[in-house]
Amino acid sequence: MLQIECPWCGACDQSEFSYGGEAHIARPKTPADLSDQEWGDYLFNRENPKGWHREQWCHTAGCRRWFNAVRDTVTSRIKAYYQMGAVPPEEDGR
Amino acid sequence: MSQRWRLATGGCINRSRPLRFVFNGRVLTGYEGDTLASALIANGIRTVARSFKYHRPRGIVGVGAEEPNAIFQVGEGRKTVPGLRATQVELYEGLTAYSVNGWPSVEFDIYAINDLIGGLLPAGFYYKTFMWPRSFWKRYEHRIRQMAGLGRAPDASDPDTYDKRNIHCDVLVVGAGPSGLMAALTAARSGARVIVADEQSEFGGGLLGTGIEIGGMEAGKWVQKMVEALEKWPEVMMLSRSTVTGYHDHNFLVINERRTDHLSNPVPLMSRERMWRVRAKQVVLATGAIERPLVFADNDRPGVMLASAVSVYMQRYAVLPGRSLVIFTNNDSAYRVVHDAINAGAVVKGVVDLREGAASEAADAARRVGVPVYRGHVVTAVKSGFGGVNRINIGRLSADGRSVVAHKGSIECDVLAMSGGWNPTVHLHAQSGGRPVFDEAKACFLPGFSVQAERSTGACAGEFDLSLCLVGAVEAASEALRQVGIDPVTVDTPGTAQHTEAPLRALWSIPGDRAMPRGKKFVDYQNDTTEADIRLAAREGYRSIEHVKRYTALGFGTDQGKLGNVNGMAILADALGQSPSAIGTTTYRPNYTPVTFGAIAGRAVGEVLFDPIRRTPMHEWHVENGAAFEDVGQWKRPWYYPLPGEDREKAVSRECLATRHSVGILDASTLGKIEITGRDAAELLDRIYTNAWKSLSVGRCRYGLMLGEDGMVMDDGVTSRLSEHRYLMTTTTGGAAHVLNWLERWLQTEWPELKVFLTSVTDRWAVTSIAGPKSRELLESLSEGIDCSPEAMPFMSFCEGRVAGIAARVFRISFSGEVAYEINVSADQGLLLWRAVMEAGKPFGITPYGTDAMHVLRAEKGYVIVGQDTDGSVTPIDLGMDWIVSKKKDFIGKRSLFRADTARDNRKQLVGLKTEDSTVVLPEGAQLVNGFSSSRPVPMVGHVTSSYFSATLEHSIALALIKGGRARLGGSVYAPLLDGRLIKATITEPVFYDSDNVRQRG
Ligand SMILES: [Zn+2]
Repeated sequence: MLQIECPWCGACDQSEFSYGGEAHIARPKTPADLSDQEWGDYLFNRENPKGWHREQWCHTAGCRRWFNAVRDTVTSRIKAYYQMGAVPPEEDGR
Repeated sequence: MSQRWRLATGGCINRSRPLRFVFNGRVLTGYEGDTLASALIANGIRTVARSFKYHRPRGIVGVGAEEPNAIFQVGEGRKTVPGLRATQVELYEGLTAYSVNGWPSVEFDIYAINDLIGGLLPAGFYYKTFMWPRSFWKRYEHRIRQMAGLGRAPDASDPDTYDKRNIHCDVLVVGAGPSGLMAALTAARSGARVIVADEQSEFGGGLLGTGIEIGGMEAGKWVQKMVEALEKWPEVMMLSRSTVTGYHDHNFLVINERRTDHLSNPVPLMSRERMWRVRAKQVVLATGAIERPLVFADNDRPGVMLASAVSVYMQRYAVLPGRSLVIFTNNDSAYRVVHDAINAGAVVKGVVDLREGAASEAADAARRVGVPVYRGHVVTAVKSGFGGVNRINIGRLSADGRSVVAHKGSIECDVLAMSGGWNPTVHLHAQSGGRPVFDEAKACFLPGFSVQAERSTGACAGEFDLSLCLVGAVEAASEALRQVGIDPVTVDTPGTAQHTEAPLRALWSIPGDRAMPRGKKFVDYQNDTTEADIRLAAREGYRSIEHVKRYTALGFGTDQGKLGNVNGMAILADALGQSPSAIGTTTYRPNYTPVTFGAIAGRAVGEVLFDPIRRTPMHEWHVENGAAFEDVGQWKRPWYYPLPGEDREKAVSRECLATRHSVGILDASTLGKIEITGRDAAELLDRIYTNAWKSLSVGRCRYGLMLGEDGMVMDDGVTSRLSEHRYLMTTTTGGAAHVLNWLERWLQTEWPELKVFLTSVTDRWAVTSIAGPKSRELLESLSEGIDCSPEAMPFMSFCEGRVAGIAARVFRISFSGEVAYEINVSADQGLLLWRAVMEAGKPFGITPYGTDAMHVLRAEKGYVIVGQDTDGSVTPIDLGMDWIVSKKKDFIGKRSLFRADTARDNRKQLVGLKTEDSTVVLPEGAQLVNGFSSSRPVPMVGHVTSSYFSATLEHSIALALIKGGRARLGGSVYAPLLDGRLIKATITEPVFYDSDNVRQRG
């Protein structure tokens, strides 16, 4: 069970949160202009990296706010949290 | 005299407290301080189980969590627990235990025939034989399970309670042997918050019952002193009978504490087990090591035991596993048995040491007490009779260790104490994400790189010298303390006697006696995996240990291969001509030892705490009036209200007809309700729903459909405009939470510029829905300040006023196709309103109806239920609801409706079905075909999603999703049923009743 630091509530058990998958998948402004390929990419294709991953979490059983985290998918270590719309911290590889 | 194998003196048992227990129906006696295993040994019981596959007789091998054979069903009735290791079951008065896999008994097991035909049961036998033909597997499986048998679950609910506790600490020390105690003391004295957890009933680990001197005193004394010192610190918690079963992410560990299982009369109300959920800043693993068996022919006979176990039984429990022993070893540690056995009054016939030549300190000490040492020899055969080992053969080992060059003769004995070295208990390190690394010199896997905040110390780190363990433990604890910002104090380590040990010789498989080539060499006792099985797997092309594990069942037992895995890995490495480090280990998974369901569930059992039950404000009335209930999400909803003598079908038909002809009343409180407030509320609705919302005027309601971004129908419901910037959205009963989260997510992550607030108000409102041609008259009779005329309150509008004197919002919306009103009142007034409406409805014969009638009424109208007529693969176009899909604006999921697959014309589409025989109701879920077909499988063209008998139409009706169904209206399909019937049905429009909507608009 991860321990996740909600930017508003502090460190809480993972069981209070829900996972939102990869962050920074912006919804296209004009979906109608996209090819099937491009729309499919937005809809289905995700990075699934081994290593640092910027992802969305929601403190569902707490303040109900969404935020971003940078987590290592191998060790589950989380090195940074930042708010929706904020610029992600620079990646430093592993 | 009972306990004939009990020593007169010594041990950590209390001879003044005899305890009676029952094993396989026999009444026996042991002492307080015994485990079930030591008590069985005291009574001379040697065959305690039959093996899994060959049904060979098996005896106790080990003394702790590693025990693979003595695994019993313990306790009776509702409290019984399967799969307990006798070595870890503390004896108590009245304990009952059974072997689980001998039939009719462990002494005489008819399936022992499997042993004689063992050549026919190689690795992968079950895969190769029973999986073909596939359809027969079900039959075989039953027989195999019966033959194998791993115990049975209690047949009634558990009477005990179980607790969970969350706790934080600076340092969690796992294991309270010498290393763990030393580490804990260092942390405690430095002022850290410390938890010490040990799986045994007493602290001390490997020191228990030994005569070792430590710090100038006998080991037991030293342990006692250490524990007393630790318990004085207020921030130190000492947990015995507490196994750290899991090491999870972010230093979250789970401790399973067994609180009452050792008591014959537990304190009432005391929880039986407690699950500690620990978030530790640092973890010090001091989990020790488990001795490794040697792999030689017939090494599974009762009486063949781990050398360390033999010592512990004699010293700690004062029982004699046998009176004449032979020791078979590849290292010095087993020589301890020589002295322990002699002290206990047993005869040691010899030490068979497979290492060559040069004298060692240990061997010299054995010779000095008159015990012959056979260097460079191995046990080539184990002869056994009823009751286990009675003689062994030994032979001279060739220089390369691959064959026996000369036979030395045989030795009579009743116990063969074996030692193949030690496996550090790296389980928790591996669970934490570490990868154990093979150490060639020590011939074992050691903890590798730490991924989490943990470190191993003592024997589990491969340090087998006691004095070095003590020093290492202080270092490990100090380093852990520094990591959490605590300055470690200096702690002196007590002195111990130093021994020089000669290195062990790893010989993973002992060559056998040429005269007895058929002797099986067991690697995994619990699963009957032999050396030959692993070599066969290698010959058949298996290379990965993970695959070999699954093919041979190595390590698949409830012991998870604590004894056998490393031997198995090394044998595979040998077969493949590689080193064990190249093979690596299988994955160590939680839990370290099995955990009961009770411990996992804790208090979250039964109706209240496992999953909340939600009841509407009118629930009490439904119960009083005999409603049958249905679970919808977490809600209890009235399903139907049977009158005396009515079955479900009759009740539902009556409820439907009453609603169509007069007035019915439905508790609709469970529908999800979300208030959407703010300047951009309409904009949000526009983006979420498929249709347009900005044109909806205050006081009016509109039906909406929402899709996932993949274009599939996700939820539906009516949304009303309460005021300029305030809307009330209703959702399906089961979808309410999901929809709220969905809206919230879009607002927070994608559209933060929208000024909108969402509030869940589902529980705030009680909703009484009345439907039918008399509903308006009924409402009029109850309301004040509400003009119920069709002109003032048309279909899809609402107004506010008082109903039965209660402030209410009345929505004129319909899910039945009749004139209908949903009267919303504050939840605390719900029951009052309901009763008032029932009273006022008497003249109309008002009839309460449940979800079943609601389903029939809406199906007659062709209204879909999301989640029943849709399944996450259905678009609004598939439902024939093109009319609600806006061409002008964008909305979530719109683009997906134009993807090649969603736009193709032979998708499954919603249609109605009318069976040829009006009385036959198709089963929901029935597959549909075009008729008889010789091709197999018969092409399936769709399936039934809803199906009922419509009393109104006096005809069976159904909704179905059929490939290209819209183009097939008027055609036929067939539903092949399980009973062999083939039901013919006509494809129709999905609206069966009042297709012009005259009634509900009236
Ligand atoms: Zn929060």
